[in-house]
Amino acid sequence: MSKPEYIYVIYIQAPCEKVWDALIDPEMTKDYWGRHRNRSDWNKGASWSHEDYDDASNVAITGTVIESERPHKLVLSWVRPDSINNPEKTSRVTFTIEDQFGASKLTVVHNELDAEMFSGISAGWPAVLSSLKTMLETGASMPMTRRNWKRGK
Amino acid sequence: MNIENFKPMTVYTIYIASTPEKVWEALTTADFSRQYFSGHAVEVELRVGGAFIMRTPDGALHISGEVIECDPLKKLTVTFNVNWPALVEKLGPTLVTYEIEQVGEAVRLTMSESHDRPLSDDILSGGRQGWPAILSGLKSLLETGKPLMVKLGPPQRMLAALKELGIATP
Repeated sequence: MSKPEYIYVIYIQAPCEKVWDALIDPEMTKDYWGRHRNRSDWNKGASWSHEDYDDASNVAITGTVIESERPHKLVLSWVRPDSINNPEKTSRVTFTIEDQFGASKLTVVHNELDAEMFSGISAGWPAVLSSLKTMLETGASMPMTRRNWKRGK
Repeated sequence: MNIENFKPMTVYTIYIASTPEKVWEALTTADFSRQYFSGHAVEVELRVGGAFIMRTPDGALHISGEVIECDPLKKLTVTFNVNWPALVEKLGPTLVTYEIEQVGEAVRLTMSESHDRPLSDDILSGGRQGWPAILSGLKSLLETGKPLMVKLGPPQRMLAALKELGIATP
């Protein structure tokens, strides 16, 4: 049986480079991705982590940079730190950024998911990516994504 | 029509920094829809049984349907039938539901496209290609006051699948 796959597409009035940079810049992710930062050198084969902006020891997700072609494609493995080395719990995220007459089409494919992760990310990606779009188009992210969701609740 | 028989096959959720009133207005008035729905004008009688129509920029009837559920500012369900000969006979009617929820300072808009029979991914690819662009455009329009400048090519994969089924397309 194949594992579930999640796909989200959003169009953003910004060039591909800006969208790419927003995915990895901690000062931007903190405002649209629940006050988290993404840390890596973003070279192929490097490790990466998605961690609490205010407490780097609190790592939510970690993995490896599988492909990294600025500004069009970023592929990451995606696993909770307590499941590292467990292939059953390791999923994969592919960000594809395509030019659309000066705007960008951002496609996020999150696959090889287990049921628990599927349910979490299905709720998360639309909020995070909607706010990313708002931030790049208006200069300010959506307030709901500036808070740390785990702490906020 | 019994909507119990319909299952959502494409669902798209987007958060908008706006109000339910503005999102509802954007979904139901032509002045807005022309700016985010590939130039199409929506005309809808907001009552159950009322007509739902979308016209192309030159005024031709493109989508025709009927209002199935209407809960202003919260939920609108319509039949959403593309006006191509034989399409509804072969594929059955299409149902589109918009749900609007206030979430903190934002609005969560969920679009579901439902059908009463199984359809191939090729057939569904048309909506899956279109809805993210359309609703990204609606969001940009409400948040920035300006339409999103994307141009979609024709849904080639869906058009090829329709042709195979003997459904004539423009």
